Parts: sequence; structure tokens; C-alpha cells
Amino acid sequence: MRTDCLIVGVGGQGTILASRIVGNAALSLGLDVRGSETIGMAQRGGSVASHIRVGGASSPLISPGGADVILAFELCEGARALPYLARDGVMIVCDRVIQPYSSAGTGGYDAAAVMEGVASAVSRLCVLDGSYIIEHCRVKCLNMAVIGAAVALGALPCSMGDIERTIDARFDSRRSDMNKNALRVGAELAKSYKKQ
Amino acid sequence: MEEKRAGEKRLLMGNEAIALGAIRAGVSVATGYPGTPSSEVLETIAKERPEGVYVEWSVNEKSALEVAAGAAIAGERALVTMKQVGLNVASDPLMSLNYVGVKGGMVVMVADDPGPISSQTEQDTRSFGQYAKIAVFDPSSPEEAYTMIADAYDCSERTGRPALFRPTTRVCHSYSSVEIQKPLPRRHSESFRKDGGRWVIFPRLAYANHIKIEENLVRLSDEFSSYSGNRLTGGGRLGVASGGVSWSYVMEAASDIATDFRNLKVATVPFPRQLAAKFLDGLDSVLVVEELDPFIERELIYLCGRLGVKVDIRGKLSGDMPPAGENTPAEVRRAVRSFLGEEEYAVRDLRDASALNLPPRPPVLCAGCPHRASFYAVKEASRGRKAVFSGDIGCYTLGNASPLDMVDTCLCMGAGVAMAQGLNRAEPDAVNFAFIGDSTFFHTGIPGVVNAVYNNADIIVAVLDNSTTAMTGGQPHPGIGRTITGEPARKLSIYDVLASVGVGDIQRVNAFDLFAAKNAAARAIEGKGVRAIIFEGECIALSGGNKTAMSVDDSKCVGCGVCVRELGCPALSMEGKKASVDGASCTGCEVCVSLCKFGALGGDAA
Repeated sequence: MRTDCLIVGVGGQGTILASRIVGNAALSLGLDVRGSETIGMAQRGGSVASHIRVGGASSPLISPGGADVILAFELCEGARALPYLARDGVMIVCDRVIQPYSSAGTGGYDAAAVMEGVASAVSRLCVLDGSYIIEHCRVKCLNMAVIGAAVALGALPCSMGDIERTIDARFDSRRSDMNKNALRVGAELAKSYKKQ
Repeated sequence: MEEKRAGEKRLLMGNEAIALGAIRAGVSVATGYPGTPSSEVLETIAKERPEGVYVEWSVNEKSALEVAAGAAIAGERALVTMKQVGLNVASDPLMSLNYVGVKGGMVVMVADDPGPISSQTEQDTRSFGQYAKIAVFDPSSPEEAYTMIADAYDCSERTGRPALFRPTTRVCHSYSSVEIQKPLPRRHSESFRKDGGRWVIFPRLAYANHIKIEENLVRLSDEFSSYSGNRLTGGGRLGVASGGVSWSYVMEAASDIATDFRNLKVATVPFPRQLAAKFLDGLDSVLVVEELDPFIERELIYLCGRLGVKVDIRGKLSGDMPPAGENTPAEVRRAVRSFLGEEEYAVRDLRDASALNLPPRPPVLCAGCPHRASFYAVKEASRGRKAVFSGDIGCYTLGNASPLDMVDTCLCMGAGVAMAQGLNRAEPDAVNFAFIGDSTFFHTGIPGVVNAVYNNADIIVAVLDNSTTAMTGGQPHPGIGRTITGEPARKLSIYDVLASVGVGDIQRVNAFDLFAAKNAAARAIEGKGVRAIIFEGECIALSGGNKTAMSVDDSKCVGCGVCVRELGCPALSMEGKKASVDGASCTGCEVCVSLCKFGALGGDAA
């Protein structure tokens, strides 16, 4: 059974760390893991994507229509990734809006319209309240909150315990607690989410 | 340490796998200059710190290669890492080193960047290897790279010549589960032997060695025909030939293709001609799937001519595959299926985001980046003047974007300082600024300054000193005061370097002090000859800023939008008729504060 997971966001939001945590958690279960990350110029606030392929893929990249699950740390980037979502795929998107710079300063996209577009395109959708996440954990841990939500929804091939153990192995206890707290915040949000 | 880990499966990035593979192969001197997508190889070696391994960030790729060459002719196994354009800088010593030869294995790891994703060119190191007559190993995945680099060392030692190892971005920055293997047996290395001129390149030696090099290439082509990295599988009258990560795309496409086809994987230069002849034997046509240059395609066409066989070779040259850019699994699947006459693979109901009119999101200078402040100060000071702004390679190339629009040229590492001189010779009435980062200054910027002083040029060298090599992830350099392993080092002062090569008028200024920076720029503009300004401000990605986010006092903000329009800071936007600061991304550099005429922006006060 293969799970292809695409993590998208804005450079600096922690997509690389998120993919490493999910990848290592899957590896700890003895699963074959492969993937690809965006490293380089785009990390300076550009669009970034991490591909995680669990369970025996040949190539490191997911093709359009192939992602079983998409985790989006930012609304517009989630919408941009729509063509990658499999027909019955799950999308978990944080509604936080980071407007790309525009000289008019009025923002590049209409968040309400984009959200509506995403909601009508994806039936298995979970929208996470970004301001709630930022209120309850550091903005740097938003990535872990989205992972927490995905695990709570059963969208990833690993359990909360697997993710927590991976976090423990990677960080000192203070940062580990911060990240695990974010996992829980995300998981609670996902459990209470009802599609409008 | 590796001994204990043997058998363990680790999730490794390609560059980590290459580093661990080199350590396993017994590398003892590792050098390089950072460049995406190659930088993590040396960083991993520095992090692992295996006993008896020396590792350094060199000042540039040429020095890196020369340090490694010294170690290799003394019998050590040496590694040099760089990106593809770095090889242009290092090509002088590498071309000659191949003629002189090495004693210990020497692998030059050059990361190619199809796309390009983070590079100036789409050059192909396989072609460079062919031109330079140096063997090239081309891994298709992190796990293959892990073991293949040991094969590159063997090849280098067996032939007494350096070997190239060229992964591409999708190998360097992809990751996979890699089984850690036992270290290879340690080789006995003898110390340097003078050997009666063996290491001194003279025309007579070059001629004699050229003959050996050509013989060696023929031998290698034969040997590589049975090398495990080059593989031939399948049957039928149609063939697909590929290499690197494209081979994994072909394998993925093959997983749901019923037609039997011959599948050739090529991972080496020289081309494995005997294996390829077996592949071609009895085929009607071949599709070649590769990135960058049509290396495999040309070799197959050549071989058909040599063998006198008629096989239709399709690929980039025939227009069947795109001539530039990186391959994607979806495009390769489409091409392979169509070539094999399989039904076109279509994902039904692909979701479409085009109706949402999503704006592009290009990379930008970070909120709190000192370069933004420096660019803005110079822009303000040169308003109304005819001014040309030469740029260089680094984060500050992003100063090209609007609204700053402060990078008019960018060519290659260190080029800006010299190009500004040429621009000024063509248009002496213009003010010519040359922006250059601190790491780039040490890399190849200094000769340009010397040239300017020597030839009485009229330029302003603007060093953007953010105390790191920022774009590639914050590596130290000669101006930092520590080495790759964190040991203290003599800290070279950019000011002293400029002064010592004869730049008379040098100003140092805090980049975030907009007023002082503008004054410094204005003073330099009025001057003549070679003058310099060093804009100092630490990279925000390393310093984190002062953490107090700015905010807008709505009672003072008149909604003029100047702050948003002029600075292009990702933390600033307009909310309705007022400016707004995103508290989560603002780092409190206060540049916008000094810009606002109405005092509407500030820390706690606002």
C-alpha cells in the first residue's frame, strides 16, 4: 500500500522539517520512503513543495493526480497544488494567508474566493484555523500542527506515537515539547472540524 | 561510528548519502565551495567529523580543487564538492590535473541543476567530462550515490586520474531509505614522493600523458560495459535508454506498461559502447530520456554509424524530447507510453486551479534583510542620476525585483565588479555601482577590485556584508573568523583587503541606518576613481532580528502606501486604506520606521 503525500507552503514555513518528520516516522515502521524537497532560492519566501512517497515508489516526485494527501501550510499554496491531488485524496489546508508581495500592497489574491474554490474542488477537505494555531503554539510550529491534524484524520501511514517518537529523537526536550504541543493543537482542530 | 551503524536503514538526503559514501570509501581530505544543490555534502562530512578526515570550505572552487589535488598526489583520497558553474571556476586546475594524474583517489563532485532551479546555466558535467577526458559517474538515486562514489574512487585510483561524480538536483535534494554499509578496508597511503618531475606539467609530459589518457578512455568504455551502474534489461524491438533520475521516471512509467521493451540505464562517461551495442542489436527504434545535453542520444547515433546498423534514435535531437529544462515523471510517462504505442495515460478529473487566478510567488529578500536597506539607500541617493547597478551571485540578486529594481546585471561569481568597469568605459558619464556580497567578494571579487585600481577605473564597489554565505544556507567564509567545523580562524577584514589593494576612499556603514547609508552613498557618488562602501548588517536568517515587531498607528497612517510600495518588504501590506505589518514575520529592522514621514510606524509606541 503506497501513500503519496505532498507538503506545500511558503519558503520558511518548515516544509522540509515536516517532510523529514513524516518520512522518518514511516521509516521507523520499516516502510520504504522516498521523496524530494525544495532547497535553494525558493526558500526565500517562494512557493515550496516536499514530496513524500511511502511504500515503494521508483521516483522521488509525485505526479499530478497522484497525491493521496496534501498538507498545505498556506491557502494559496494549497490551491496551487490542487492538480496534484488524487481523485479521492485528502487535503488539509491551513487558512493562514501569506500574500505574495505586490507593489499595490493590496494583496495578490482574494482569500475568500480561493477558499471557496478549494472547498468546491475537494470533498475530503479539512481547513485548519491558522489564527487559532498561532495563538496556541508558535508560528514556527504551524507545520507540526498540520501534521497533527493529518495523523488525527488517519491520512498518514503512521500514528501520533510514531510522530512523537520521531520528534523526541530529533529535538531537545524543550523544542520537542513545543512541537508535540503543536501536534495536539492540530489534532484537536481536525477532530472538531466540520466541513461547511 | 559507521561500523556500529552498518545494516541500519537511514533516511538520507542524496547529498548526505554522498558524504557518508565518501567517508565509507576512506576520504581523508574534503574541500569545496557552497553552491546549490551541492552544499550539504561537505556540511555532512563536517558534522560527522570522522577521525582523520580534514574538511574545509575553501575560498572558491579553484582553490578547493587545488587543495584536494595536493592531497591526492600525496596518496590521500580526496573529495571536492561544487555546483556545475563552480566547475567553470575550477576547470583550469582540473584539465591539467587529468594530464598530471593523481596517486590517491580524487573525486570531483559536481552537482548539475536541470531546470535550472537555482543556477545560471543548464550545463552538463557529462559533456564536461567528455571534453576534459575524465570519467563521470552519474547516480540515479541517493542509495545508488551512496555506493557509487566508492566506485568513483576505485576508478580514480585504478586509472591514476581524477573522476567526476555528478548527481543532479533531484538526486542531491531527494531522499530515500539507505542501508548503511561497513566501511571499506582502509588503504595504505604513502607520503608524497617527488618522483623526478612526475607532478610537473611540461609540454613533453602532456603529450606522453595525452596518449595514456586516450588509451585509458577506450579501456574504461570496455570496463564500464560490465559495470553494475550500467544495466540492460527487458526485450523486444523497441528500446528506451536513460540515465540519472530520468531512469527512475522510466521505471515508474514501466510499472504499468504491458509492452516488453529493452531498458538501458547509462551511468558513466565514457559511454559503455559494448553494452550499448548489445542494446541496439535487433532494435527498430530507441527513445532516449535524459536531462541537459543529449549525451546518450549522440553516443547511440554515433554507435549506429560505427556498427553500420539502422536504428531510429529519438530524443532531444529529433525533437521528441524537450531540449531544455528538467524532466518530470508525468512527461516521461507520456513520452514512453506514446513511443511504445501504449494508450495515452490520462489522469481523469485532474483538478484545475487556473480559474482561481493564483498570483505567482517568486522568492523575495526576507523581512529584515539588510540588503533591502542597502539597496534602498543607494536608490535614494542616486535618484536623478544616470546610474547603473551591477549585481552578483547571492541573495542580493533578488534586489533585481520590483520595487527595488537595483540589480541591472548579473553574470557569474565576482563578475559585477569588473563588468561595472566595462560599463563605465562605455558610458563614462554614468555612476557605476557594483554590489557584491561578502562571500562572493572573497571568492572572485578581489581580482576585479585590483583590476579597477590598476586601470584607474571610476566605480563604486558596494560590499553587502551580511557576515555569511546566505543563499546557500549560511556557510562561514574567510571574513567570519571560524571554519566549517567551528574552529576559530583568522578573520579577514574586507576593509583591510580593500585598503591594501589601493582603494583610497572606503566607508563603512550600518546597513539598517538608512540615514547614514544614504549619506555614504551620496558621498561616494560625488567622488571619483575607485571608492567603496561596506554595508554591514547581519543576515536576518542567522541573527533573527531584534524580535520586536513593528506596528502601524492607524491615527497617524495616511494610507500613502510609500512603505509598501518602496521597500517590497514581505511583512508590509495595505489593509484597506492603512498600512499593516504582519507581526509574525516582521523582525523589527525599523527601516520602514525611518521611511515613514508621518511617524505612523514604530515599535511599542505605535
